[in-house]
Amino acid sequence: MLAQQLVLGLLIGGLYGLAAAGLSLVFGVMKVLDVAHGELIMLGGYAAFWAVAIFGLDPFGSLALVIPLSLLFGVVLYLVLFSFVVRADEETRVKNSLLIGFGLALAFHALAVRLWTADERSIVTPYGGSVILVGDLAIPVVRLLSLLVAFLLIGGLHLLLARWRWGKAIRATAEDWQAALLTGIDVRRAYLLAFALGTGLAGAAGTLVSVGYSISPSIGLEWTLKALIVVVLAGLGSMLGTFVGGLVLGVAEAASAAAFGGPYREVVGLVIFVVVLIARPRGLFGR
Amino acid sequence: MLEIRDLDAGYGDVRVLSGVSLSIGPGEIVALLGPNGSGKSTLLTAIAGLLRPRAGSIRWQGEDLTALRPHLVVERGLALVPEGRRLFGSMTVEENLELGAFAARARREQAAGLERVYALFPDLRGRRRQLVRSLSGGQQQMVAVGRALMARPTLLMLDEPSLGIAPRLVASIFEALADINRAGVGIFLVEQNVQAALTLAHRAYVLESGRIAAHGPAADLLRDPHVRRAYLGPLAVHG
Repeated sequence: MLAQQLVLGLLIGGLYGLAAAGLSLVFGVMKVLDVAHGELIMLGGYAAFWAVAIFGLDPFGSLALVIPLSLLFGVVLYLVLFSFVVRADEETRVKNSLLIGFGLALAFHALAVRLWTADERSIVTPYGGSVILVGDLAIPVVRLLSLLVAFLLIGGLHLLLARWRWGKAIRATAEDWQAALLTGIDVRRAYLLAFALGTGLAGAAGTLVSVGYSISPSIGLEWTLKALIVVVLAGLGSMLGTFVGGLVLGVAEAASAAAFGGPYREVVGLVIFVVVLIARPRGLFGR
Repeated sequence: MLEIRDLDAGYGDVRVLSGVSLSIGPGEIVALLGPNGSGKSTLLTAIAGLLRPRAGSIRWQGEDLTALRPHLVVERGLALVPEGRRLFGSMTVEENLELGAFAARARREQAAGLERVYALFPDLRGRRRQLVRSLSGGQQQMVAVGRALMARPTLLMLDEPSLGIAPRLVASIFEALADINRAGVGIFLVEQNVQAALTLAHRAYVLESGRIAAHGPAADLLRDPHVRRAYLGPLAVHG
């Protein structure tokens, strides 16, 4: 029973990692805290839901539509709002981005309620009920696939940042944006790319949430919080570290729910948040 | 080639530079001397485009640089080795150098550029896969100079390249600067080690409290009693 809980925790942990990767990228590169990240996940979830409902796409296949759409949405959001935030110094950026983020979160939430009602929805698949039995453990196929997809996306992002010319430019900008300018990098373009990638990751995370779990207009805050906890836990600078941080949070939540009962599931994340901030402010894998 | 006229610049309410005018010709080595806080770094920062001047002009090959964003200043052939090196510590030596050639013009010659840097600083060749933050200060300074060279500059600006570096390595960095200049690259050097700077430079400017206090051929300044008293004094023994 405990093992079953831990496995489920691990499975959702992959999504925590994916949700956090986008937030971590945006914060690490732009020094902008996008508290509407959870709402971007929510919107991604709805995009996937409708892609499946209208076009009859496979839910995992809908990623091929949702990710490009999210990237594009990220470009628009950056150009309309966040490109002005990054002109300020770093301290002002965080403050301004909090204001803009909260505003966006409220607007997206209201918009989603208006368009799609406050009902909970999730994507139903023919293979949705399948489980793989390993001894006593029942592993839901959809959630296992979600974990796998999350891992592949994080791995892809890692390669992108490690090998691609602009990926290196994004890392350089994260480390020292002035030095990046001095090497001839157009830092504003690096910001644009990082924000678009972050939004793309949010869209992908939302898709996986709507397949293996459920979405409603109000899930945004919860996902922002989870992502924030993972970012603090893992630290900035390593996408694979962020993924592992997500798994750790998922398992820790499951363990505490098993030990102290379901209501304590949420508490453990906040305890981790505080303890890591005190004991290791750079996070487990931070640079 | 570089022509600065009546430049005023500062941060917030603090005015750091007032009415600075200077010029650097093609292939020239010009040193900028002056006490701490006199505005030397501010001047370099303004030329590089990281600080918008309040007044005055910075013209480079006839074009006004003050209107350009910093990454375009690099593209025009002005590269700055900033104070404190400002390398990307979590990346390898080679990644840092490659980022130096990010601008389109430099990227086409990236492979040749790497060869040039390794020929100039043979120490770096064997360490190309090493993380920059694991290097000594002197080696890091070589990477910093190398990264700026990768941009194929016509004018290389350096802010205190000898700061916090073992004397033996300072000598090899100054030798490298002489080599770089022989290849036709102009050098604008801010340096605490006045003796070394004036020995290398053709001309020099002295900046005091944000104003040009003296300028002339380096050999003349080296003999100038005021400069000797202010900048060489007892330190000259160690320099």
